[in-house]
Amino acid sequence: MGVSEGTGTRIRAQRLARGLQQAALARSVGISASYLNLIEHDRRGIGGALLVAIARELGVEPAYLARGAETVLVEALQAAASRSEGTAAGLAPSEIARAEELATRLPGWARLVARQAEEIARLQETVAGLSDRLSHDPFLAETMHDILSSAAAIRSTASILAGTPDLEADWRARFQNNLLSDARRLSQTSAALLAHFDQSARSSPGYLTASEAVAGHVAAQGYHFPEIEAGADPEALAATEPMTGDGAARALLAECLLRYAEDARRMPLADFAEAAAACGWDPGVLAQHFGVGADAALRRLASLPPQAGRPDFGLVCCDGSGTLTLRKPLPGLPLPRFGAACPLWPLYQALIRPGLPLAETVEMPDGLRLRAHAVCLPRGGGFGAAAVVEVTMLLRFAAGQEGAARPVGTSCRVCPRTGCAARREPSILRVGGDTSD
Amino acid sequence: MGKHVLLIEDEPNIAEAIRFILERDGWQVSTHADGQDAVRVVREAGPDVLVLDVMLPNRSGFDILRELRADAALSALPVLMLTAKGQSRDREQAEACGVNCFMTKPFSNQEVLATVRALSGG
Repeated sequence: MGVSEGTGTRIRAQRLARGLQQAALARSVGISASYLNLIEHDRRGIGGALLVAIARELGVEPAYLARGAETVLVEALQAAASRSEGTAAGLAPSEIARAEELATRLPGWARLVARQAEEIARLQETVAGLSDRLSHDPFLAETMHDILSSAAAIRSTASILAGTPDLEADWRARFQNNLLSDARRLSQTSAALLAHFDQSARSSPGYLTASEAVAGHVAAQGYHFPEIEAGADPEALAATEPMTGDGAARALLAECLLRYAEDARRMPLADFAEAAAACGWDPGVLAQHFGVGADAALRRLASLPPQAGRPDFGLVCCDGSGTLTLRKPLPGLPLPRFGAACPLWPLYQALIRPGLPLAETVEMPDGLRLRAHAVCLPRGGGFGAAAVVEVTMLLRFAAGQEGAARPVGTSCRVCPRTGCAARREPSILRVGGDTSD
Repeated sequence: MGKHVLLIEDEPNIAEAIRFILERDGWQVSTHADGQDAVRVVREAGPDVLVLDVMLPNRSGFDILRELRADAALSALPVLMLTAKGQSRDREQAEACGVNCFMTKPFSNQEVLATVRALSGG
């Protein structure tokens, strides 16, 4: 099948809405008008680079054309239902199965529910992160210890002063001095604590950790930094980039940009773009051509700026614990910010096969196909050092629907696949939503 | 001469207040403020009750207590631990190390006094 049935219909509707001639659109994406006609009538499958090119010409997300706004909305509603499972507001499976009906009959309300559910999820992550920070922030731990110690000293001293009417004058003077010094210390420590919270609130709106702030910034830039391509100093750029986050986030960004600059130095943009197009965007060929590691070639492909005829690339990196450290999403295909992702993705498959480059086509439950290249390589370390690895995965829309593809999902709770060996929790979509593996 | 309490606490004003209330109650009190040589000081002082802070310079109260409990001569020494770390895992850690009583800051003078009396059997 095509990316999904109805893709052609959606292309045709979008083209007509923009007053574009069929021949003009066909010409702009390098195909014949008759072929586009077949696509628009769903008589030819479409995916990969051609879908992305048509989406770009029409000014819509490829995922919208491939899956339809309704599908995206239904998925968002199902995700919202999965997050409310087990709570007082949790829905019965029979209600969850009616997500499509809600999206069709009351699309405005459905979008509101989906948006609010996403916002609630984001706020819950914020609360979890803040709680984690309260438990592990060394500054907070030390400050709270100081405050409680001062309070203990003040309480004991004040109790002696108040409860010992026959206290000798020298002891009284001594305890009064102690009281004064502890009160001063308490006020200074409290002010420092307040300043710490105030600075955190100003410097990290929306992001809890430095790595998250950097990942968000990189995603917003599409992992392309024209200043560095032009020879700018990465550390200077990291210090001045308009991003949220504190000093730690900028230090991490500097590390990321230093590597970007090293990739750019070894694979200059113009040469790399030309070689990449010539070899059909094959990272293995490019790594060999430029004498770099497979991970560097994957990152460099992801750094290519959007251009007609050039595929969109997504990039995901994780560390040995599976924690995502860098994300550049594909248009219309959001990537998870936190854990609970499908472990069948090549990102995680590479993690258990260090050093072995993987190339695989994966298929989402709705039929959307992606081509993935992933490699897990050691990072730093030396003899006797702990093994530190990093996985780099490059994603692009698959060029066609032919051949085998590994079935993957997003996360178990909203994945309708049955009989999956990797499933770690039941799906909320079983009722009325089963699809075969 | 009353029974002997050794107080190992690095906050001087807390140490002074505790020392005052215990001495007014008839106890002989000596103090020490560093964790590094605390075990040696305990051995030399031979107190009837030890009041031990958890967060000390150079060595934690947990470490000190663990070493004391491994010494047959000190394994039964009554120990009151004082800490600003009142989380349940700290209490569990103190109990695992063999503490007799665990008290979080800020505490009341009467509470400390009553506990020291109880630990000494008085």
